[in-house]
Amino acid sequence: MPDYSSLKPLADLHVGESAILKSMQAEKAVATRLTSLGFTPGVGIEMIQNFGRGPLMVSLRGTRVALGRREARGILVRGGRA
Amino acid sequence: MECHEPSTGLRLGVVSIGSPVIALAGQPNMGKSTLFNMLTGLNQHVGNWPGKTVEFKEGKFQYGQKTYRIVDLPGTYSLTAASPEEVVAREFILREKPDVVVAVVSAATLERSLYLVSELICLPVPLVVGLNMMDVARQEGIQVQAEVLQAALGVPVIPLTATRAEGIHELLAAVEQVLSGEIGITPHPPEIRPDHAVVMDEVTRLIREYNPAVYPVGWTAMKLLEGDSDVTARMKALLPPEQGSALQDVIRQHDDSMLAIASGRYDWIGRMMRAAVTHPRLGQISLTDRIDRVVTHPVLGLFILAGILGLVFWLTFTLGSPLQALLSSRIVVPVSALASRLLAGAPGWVASLAVDGVIGGVGAVISFLPIMVIFFAVFGLMEDVGYMSRAAYVMDNFMHLMGLHGKSFLPIFLGFGCNVPAVMGTRVIDSRKARLLTILVAPLVPCSARMAVLAFITPAFFGSRATLVSWRLILLSLAVLVISGIVLNRILFKGERSAFIMELPLYHIPNLRTIALLVWQRSISFLKKAGTVILAMSVAIWALSTLPGGSLQTSYMARLGSLLAPAGAWIGLDWKLTVALLTSFIAKENSIATLAVLYGQAQGAGLGLTLASMYSLPTALAFLTISLLFIPCAATVGAIRQETGSWRWTLLNIGFMILVSAGAAKIMFMAASALGI
Repeated sequence: MPDYSSLKPLADLHVGESAILKSMQAEKAVATRLTSLGFTPGVGIEMIQNFGRGPLMVSLRGTRVALGRREARGILVRGGRA
Repeated sequence: MECHEPSTGLRLGVVSIGSPVIALAGQPNMGKSTLFNMLTGLNQHVGNWPGKTVEFKEGKFQYGQKTYRIVDLPGTYSLTAASPEEVVAREFILREKPDVVVAVVSAATLERSLYLVSELICLPVPLVVGLNMMDVARQEGIQVQAEVLQAALGVPVIPLTATRAEGIHELLAAVEQVLSGEIGITPHPPEIRPDHAVVMDEVTRLIREYNPAVYPVGWTAMKLLEGDSDVTARMKALLPPEQGSALQDVIRQHDDSMLAIASGRYDWIGRMMRAAVTHPRLGQISLTDRIDRVVTHPVLGLFILAGILGLVFWLTFTLGSPLQALLSSRIVVPVSALASRLLAGAPGWVASLAVDGVIGGVGAVISFLPIMVIFFAVFGLMEDVGYMSRAAYVMDNFMHLMGLHGKSFLPIFLGFGCNVPAVMGTRVIDSRKARLLTILVAPLVPCSARMAVLAFITPAFFGSRATLVSWRLILLSLAVLVISGIVLNRILFKGERSAFIMELPLYHIPNLRTIALLVWQRSISFLKKAGTVILAMSVAIWALSTLPGGSLQTSYMARLGSLLAPAGAWIGLDWKLTVALLTSFIAKENSIATLAVLYGQAQGAGLGLTLASMYSLPTALAFLTISLLFIPCAATVGAIRQETGSWRWTLLNIGFMILVSAGAAKIMFMAASALGI
């Protein structure tokens, strides 16, 4: 059963899973960049590519965005259902 | 990414006299440049914002009875200062007050592309929205109703497919009607959420008296709450200490404002989306997803990238080199023969200047044009299709070796074409440390000019093994680049890493006009360089190698060469090769031109044979090695100075490259001699 209650890093999402962004831990310049690309609380994010290491690819607001694994660890999401 | 394009400098203020000025704004990958090229064709030039390293294009076009001036602002995701690009885009709109701003958005990625519009619509300049990429949206199964969006935004929205020139007429008609007042604009900007209205009022009250008139006070207040570094610094300088600290307190109490304001904008966008967009797609896999499954795969993707690079080099050597030889034998040789005949009656030195100096030097360089064109075309194509960011993505893991991330691969990739755009291309990297490191290693990428030298010399020495030898030398210089990156990262930056965030645009059919225009502009600037800098150099080298006595053996050049001979001899070079290497500082291709002058031969193949008979293989290999890794050309050094903003970094870079290139050439010379190659 998927867990809807707890927060987890975006980096832990499997391919095909979607989740809702809850919070971001990033320095200001990085946060500004993330926000202008659509990362704001409440946005739905789908994992497109995640091989468990290296960069990953997500889809949000109709755009594909590549993220470094470290950046994806700083983004906390809730949900994770296929 | 202009190659060796001189900055003409936009004359600000003068622009607005006479013709109406249109500012073209938009996020990256919205087809903004395609639209700009479509409108201006060859009527454009590159400008630089005073005091900033941001480049933008300005052009002219005719519509109806009027001439319009159009400025292509740098592509930015928002108007909050994350890099100089955002500052330039908003300063142009607020200070230069263009008559109309055309915001280019993509129908295929409308939600995110409206983010910039949510900021532009708050500025005191008439706005027209160009809803571009209608074809890509259709292909992705997205339907956008332009008239609904227009009603919701309160500004004209014109559907476009810029790659096929569809909707351009309608867009310009709308611009004309806005300028003439036929269409009234009543924008519906995002409203400030009630919980933030109080804070906004408080900030506005504190800054009202001190806010410079060009910036709307509400806009300044908003940017302060968003934590914009540029606006914050400016207001800090303008406010008296009392108001300054009061402002700081308000902002500190509301440190969540940045997210709240951004969320507010996306709420506004959400309303637009619900009104105007329908997504009938149900589980269908888009073309982009299908391509990305292969192209961005961590293993397959690397093979594809290697294959593409291989193809570029293969094209250069199998198509470019024969074309170069053809140009040389069919044009340069007959022209110099003709010149000799025509000047038969003139004094000997006149014929010598024309044939050996001008035609020999410039002709040799111009014959490289086919090789350059191949590079420019292939890179333009990959950029236009949307492949470049995928290349960055698959290279991310590898780039971590050097403490860099995928984005640093893009400028390095560009470096294969020309190091100047590579150094300028480092602007895509957000962190300064990663940028500096990328700038330091980028000139180690063998650019097409160095590749041309390689393609010229290897066949003469290695015959059928030329391609193989060239490949190994290229791999060697890339290995030097990686090792340098690892070492420099450890020494200078203690292994720090920076953030990797990058949009992957949808793939789309390339626009041949855009690519052709790009190839044209760069070829022209290359030929200009051949006609000016290289011409002057060729004549200077001819003079130095003829004067004072008329014979090379007693010339100034021979004296300079013998002065530097000990250094050259250390890596197996004689004075002629040393001088050739030195003149490559002006432009990399110059080393061939110099050798042509020094050996008094304009003939392409003839010069190769002469060189092969003069030098041993270890010397040839050492010369090629040092040529690939030596100080970048003057234009690249200029770009490094401009981008780092410091002579210290520039000199460090030059010193580093002298050290690395001489070291590598010495090892190559010793190894080749020892192995008896």
